[in-house]
Amino acid sequence: MADFGYSLVKSGKTDLDTAGNALARSVSEAEPGFNLCIACGCCVATCSAGRFTNFGFRELIHRIKRGEEKLMIAEAEKCMLCGKCTLVCPRNINTRNIVLLIRKHAIIKGL
Amino acid sequence: MKYDPFVLPFISGMAFVLIVVIGKWTIWFKGLPFSDKKKFLNGLFSRKFIYASREVVSESMLHRKVFRSNFWLGYMHMSLAFGWFLLIVAGNLETRWYSHGTINPPWYPIFFEFFVHDLKELPYRRFFVFAMDFLLLFVLSGLFIAIYKRYRSGFVGMKKTTRQKTIDKLALTSLWMIFPLRLLAESFNAGLYDTGGFLTNTLGHYFARFLPLELLRYPAWLAYSIALGTFFVSMPFTRYMHILTEIFLIFLRRFGIREKQAHSTFTDVELNACSRCGICIDKCQLSSDLEINNIQPAYFLRDLRDRKPDLFKTETCLICGRCNTSCPVGIENTNIRLNERSIHQFFSANAYEYIGKQEVKNGKVAFFAGCMGHLNPLTIKAMLTLFEKAGVEFTFVDENGSICCGRPLKLSGNFMAAGNLVAKNKDLIRESKAEILVTTCPICYKMFRDDYRLDIPVYHHSEYLLKLVEENKLDPGFSPSTVVFHDPCDLGRGSGIYEQPRRLIARSYSLVEADHKKKDSLCCGGSLGITALSGENRKTLTEATIASLTLNHPEIIATACPLCKKTFAGQADVRVADIAELLLEAVDHKPADHKATSVAMHKPADCLEEVEI
Ligand code: SF4
Ligand code: SF4
Ligand code: SF4
Ligand code: SF4
Repeated sequence: MADFGYSLVKSGKTDLDTAGNALARSVSEAEPGFNLCIACGCCVATCSAGRFTNFGFRELIHRIKRGEEKLMIAEAEKCMLCGKCTLVCPRNINTRNIVLLIRKHAIIKGL
Repeated sequence: MKYDPFVLPFISGMAFVLIVVIGKWTIWFKGLPFSDKKKFLNGLFSRKFIYASREVVSESMLHRKVFRSNFWLGYMHMSLAFGWFLLIVAGNLETRWYSHGTINPPWYPIFFEFFVHDLKELPYRRFFVFAMDFLLLFVLSGLFIAIYKRYRSGFVGMKKTTRQKTIDKLALTSLWMIFPLRLLAESFNAGLYDTGGFLTNTLGHYFARFLPLELLRYPAWLAYSIALGTFFVSMPFTRYMHILTEIFLIFLRRFGIREKQAHSTFTDVELNACSRCGICIDKCQLSSDLEINNIQPAYFLRDLRDRKPDLFKTETCLICGRCNTSCPVGIENTNIRLNERSIHQFFSANAYEYIGKQEVKNGKVAFFAGCMGHLNPLTIKAMLTLFEKAGVEFTFVDENGSICCGRPLKLSGNFMAAGNLVAKNKDLIRESKAEILVTTCPICYKMFRDDYRLDIPVYHHSEYLLKLVEENKLDPGFSPSTVVFHDPCDLGRGSGIYEQPRRLIARSYSLVEADHKKKDSLCCGGSLGITALSGENRKTLTEATIASLTLNHPEIIATACPLCKKTFAGQADVRVADIAELLLEAVDHKPADHKATSVAMHKPADCLEEVEI
């Protein structure tokens, strides 16, 4: 096929048939702060892991809410639990606990 | 006649507990790793043996450390332990003396007066009967405090005492019965045969007026024997196992054996050595400020000992170490808890493969700010300026962002993932070719010191800056400001550094002290040791700590930890500053106007602060 210099962007829409919300539910039950995020991005600006790779806490929880469970469970492992994001979050969200809860959910469910 | 069937309960109880204890000690010893066994055997034939024996006397008998907690609590423990011990020794001497040195059966000294009614042949009789009565009174006085403590624990300086299990209560009751029953039995005897001293004779003659002592004598001795037997049998199943375990623990510890990175039989020794005295409960801020009253070592260790670990208890702890330093038995509570957390690993060992090779400049001194350090650009700036002023050839290892030291992961029990970060930072430090490592973060400092096995010395900046000042490489001036120093958990209790930061501050400022200081200092509330703690609860802790710090109305709260600084800064009404900033101001001879800089930073502004650097 001729290359016209365009490419298809992968659709960002959520497919309700494949999206899973079990992770979002179990995490927000244990840590209600999960739902308080205003996507300000302070956590991303300060993230220790974010200096070395494409990773941020805001995106992590955003995509979990969109149902991308499997991907985000692996993604959460990039966090070093350093706690900087907890200190800068204006919503006082217990970020480290959320990361741990995601990983715990994964290990317990064998994902 | 030296035997009567009534001694059987006592004999069987004693035989039982002896067999169990010897068995347990053997199992514990056998389970130790080879290196620890070697340490133990070497220790037996070294000077450490004498030190250990001395500690057994001062701690297991005299309870010196409990005395430090509260006089009456110490007196209670001492009179019961030491008093009972002396009673046994004196009883043995008395019978040996009486029977001209022949060996007697083990129950004979305990029930001596049951068997011997005519003490006239006993040389120095008056001395012995007086001593025995006096010691019994001594033990009874401790018992009286113990009973009183159940109802009014404030008397011995305790707000909360340990809630005991049923079987412990049973053992407690039998223990409490032993001495009053002994008093009764001996008094009845004294009433009949005049065998007692000032206490038992007086009581005995009084009883003789209205009680049929002939009839009551045997049941009293039998009851005494049963109380002893019941107590002995209950020991291995209750907290009273600590009496026989603490001695073993003292020897192991003196011989250099410590907790490892996983549970071992040494942990079992520690679990059994906890007397559930409850001293750690009041010391725990989760109890005193947040009314979380079931996670303290007294309960946490009990669950582990019963092999029923509770995840909530394991995870709910600041790892502040206040229970470690206050525990009279010296149990490594926080290490045991971390090892328990590490049973589940939630991060895989290759979690941080994405961190590639990092560039690092060479320098004599490697400076590591750490993650939290990067949230405090003022501290970093102060350090860099001080290095320059002192003419130190340094390299800023994590200038472009830190690889976390790994301690936060370790605190959450993820030892494997932490090890991954350790390896990465180790490479970085090695590559800098530095001869020493300096960090402004106590969390990193503790990790570097305890877990990295670096081949260069590690300094916390409080130590290093003091060294620079004492070597006259920096010349700080004076300021009239009053400063209080907050001991960060990982620096003070965690690493034993209390004096260096104080000496550094005192050179330029007038140092005032907090209500809780040094070993007794409080956690700032920012602890990384706990994850499931709400922001509200953290605030409550921070408030209490600020209240303690501002007791003497200081103008500045000085910290030596970027996390403490950040935590206080949002809530304190006075200026919060790192010791490096204060030193720089003093070196510049122009202490900043604290009012102008006392910005209680709003959280969103923190991101901006971060971007600045
Ligand atoms: S705790 Fe994790 S997400 Fe938060 S700043 Fe540190 S590395 Fe980033
Ligand atoms: S800082 Fe807090 S509120 Fe802002 S994006 Fe991160 S988690 Fe959400
Ligand atoms: S851990 Fe120490 S302070 Fe706490 S109950 Fe046990 S012996 Fe007492
Ligand atoms: S380490 Fe601190 S928070 Fe944890 S039990 Fe001990 S005193 Fe309480």
